[in-house]
Amino acid sequence: MSSVLIKNVRLLDPAAGSDTIGCIGLRDGAIDYRGKRPPAAKYDEVIEAKGLWLMPGAVDLCARLREPGHTAKATMKRESPAALAAGITALCMPPDTQPVIDNAAIVNRVNRIAKAAGGAYVYMLGALTQGLAGAALAEMSALKQAGCVGVSNGLAPIGSTLLARRALEYAASLGLTVHVVPLDPSLANGGCAHEGPVATRLGLPAIPVAAEAVAMRVWISLVEDTGARVHFGRLSSARGVGLLKTAQARGLPVTADVAAHQLFMTADDVDGFNAMAHVMPPLRAAEDREALREAVAEGAIAAICSDHQPHEADAKINPFPLTEPGISALETLLPLCLRLVHEKLLTPLQMAERLSQGPAEILGLAAASLAKGAASAVVLIDPLKPWTLQTTSLRSAGCNTPFAGCEFKGLAVRSWSGQR
Amino acid sequence: MTPGLQLGADGRLRHLLTIEGLPRRVLRELLDKAETYADARRGDDKKNLALHGKTVVNLFFEASTRTRTTFELAAKRLSADVLNLQVAASSTSKGETLLDTLKTLEAMQVDLFVVRHEASGAAHFFAEHAAPDVAILNAGDGRHAHPTQALLDMFTIRRHHPDFSRLRVAIVGDVLHSRVARSDIHALRTLGAAEIRVVAPRPLIPSGIEAMGVKVFNQLDAGIAGVDVIILLRLQKERMVGAFLPSTGEFHRDFGLTRARLAKLSKDVMIMHPGPINRGVEIEGDVAYGDARSVILEQVEHGIAVRMAVMETILASRA
Repeated sequence: MSSVLIKNVRLLDPAAGSDTIGCIGLRDGAIDYRGKRPPAAKYDEVIEAKGLWLMPGAVDLCARLREPGHTAKATMKRESPAALAAGITALCMPPDTQPVIDNAAIVNRVNRIAKAAGGAYVYMLGALTQGLAGAALAEMSALKQAGCVGVSNGLAPIGSTLLARRALEYAASLGLTVHVVPLDPSLANGGCAHEGPVATRLGLPAIPVAAEAVAMRVWISLVEDTGARVHFGRLSSARGVGLLKTAQARGLPVTADVAAHQLFMTADDVDGFNAMAHVMPPLRAAEDREALREAVAEGAIAAICSDHQPHEADAKINPFPLTEPGISALETLLPLCLRLVHEKLLTPLQMAERLSQGPAEILGLAAASLAKGAASAVVLIDPLKPWTLQTTSLRSAGCNTPFAGCEFKGLAVRSWSGQR
Repeated sequence: MTPGLQLGADGRLRHLLTIEGLPRRVLRELLDKAETYADARRGDDKKNLALHGKTVVNLFFEASTRTRTTFELAAKRLSADVLNLQVAASSTSKGETLLDTLKTLEAMQVDLFVVRHEASGAAHFFAEHAAPDVAILNAGDGRHAHPTQALLDMFTIRRHHPDFSRLRVAIVGDVLHSRVARSDIHALRTLGAAEIRVVAPRPLIPSGIEAMGVKVFNQLDAGIAGVDVIILLRLQKERMVGAFLPSTGEFHRDFGLTRARLAKLSKDVMIMHPGPINRGVEIEGDVAYGDARSVILEQVEHGIAVRMAVMETILASRA
């Protein structure tokens, strides 16, 4: 890897809590210089970066790369480099591949595919139950040894609350965080849109907010019993935010993330049967979006993720309820977060925290840092560059985005993976 | 709603997908046109050459006899060639997508598809993907819309109450799952009805329906007091009992239109039902067909005239 010196760049360093202008040198996968003035040492390349920002690369808590098993939708060879180019230097895959990531052999296989693909570093959540069937605990210890950074049952239901409690106990004894997408399956009842005026008018089977709140209450009660660490992924509602904050205020070890699109879209975007706005959990009301934004600003929600779900075109070419949920979102994660900065909801440093430090801590990884000696997993951002999202220009195989044709200000201009 | 999908740049109706968003003018024109077909008598020559040489496909992904029959009859009276396709949901799961089905049939030079599908939004889907010279007529999509049913309901009401501005209407029963209720609500609002009520036990009232401009009642007697029109909805017994309601018997006691309840209502109240009725559930059998206030058979008769008017209108907009 060639060495690079980035001069006069705005350094957003969440680990140090600093936001300063300076110079930084990258060599052999590490940061080998940081200072106000350029170093004497020679670099292969020098970037004059006045007006640009440099931050630790985003750590995406939920990105599906569709491999193994769903290669008609996307492959790691395509998605991992797309993530890196979009400023995501590490990402975490949920275990719902085919086959499911529920044993060490699959973890090793995914690692091999990821290594060959290059691009963003791929972490994995192991399955909480065998085959995600919700009936029997998966071999969590083996999964941890193989490198899984947490366990999850994804969107698949768990057979009983008793099993969920034992799974928490077991995971806690291994020091594993349990990642939960809180959605009570019987209340969700196969629905495809937020219960409210839009779903009612369009006649779409609806998912009440209670589906999230009930699931969170159950899991929080089990955390109270077990002391296990639970991470709530993809929060969607104001009531969910309320439950999260209350639990955190009581000192319970619970964290949460939100998908970036939930901070910008609402159930109104579904109107006209817009399949690109079909996501799970569903887009909810404007007051839910405001509560999520507030929680992101306060830090109660410590991470913003992409919830990337690339699809083949056919998956969205159907009547709305029959389309597959999900957005191809790697390439809008950072631009949407920059929009939060432009809207003054977050400072640039807070954005770096929600994108890198927050999620890294949730996964138990070393704090994202721009200190000398740290891995050079960094992203250089032009915060003001205007651009328009054209699906034909996406690096991801998935063109399924509700932001097609939208104008953005700011994007990643260059990323370094920090892998040697 | 997707702007411009139903109405062309010239304001003419190109597809009929939903009542929502259609101007009052369009609804009135359709109803007026239906009037010209409505008075055909037995023994008359009912044929009309308006769609001579056109091909109409009834593409039904959901079982239906009545609705399909009235569409078929309407198309035949306009001299169109009609093909009925009952597509089981299973055959589309054999690898052919809905889009493939549409494109395959389109290739046979079909002019109009009459589509019924269990998924809300199916008609919009077909209209979005159909070739520019192909028209889509929604014969019912999931819980979303059943526009020709709403038109024939409005047609029937208008014959008895030409002025909608003082009209009070109660829609009673399974509003949650009903595309008829949704389309009737849009039509009544567009035509300026004074008051629209939905009447049902809470589990059958969808959340936020007030935003559609209706008042919600959870008791039948209060809900139908003082109304001019009662539209009963069909209760799908199989999926209701246990899950939404304790029993059909209890529903009938609390929400069924019985002789005793009818006795308390005005002698001019209109009783409507999209059919097929569940005797002894939403309505007492002899009320449905034995009471002068029931216009249920008029609705069936008007269905043909209204569907003829719609077919002629949307195909004429493409001429």
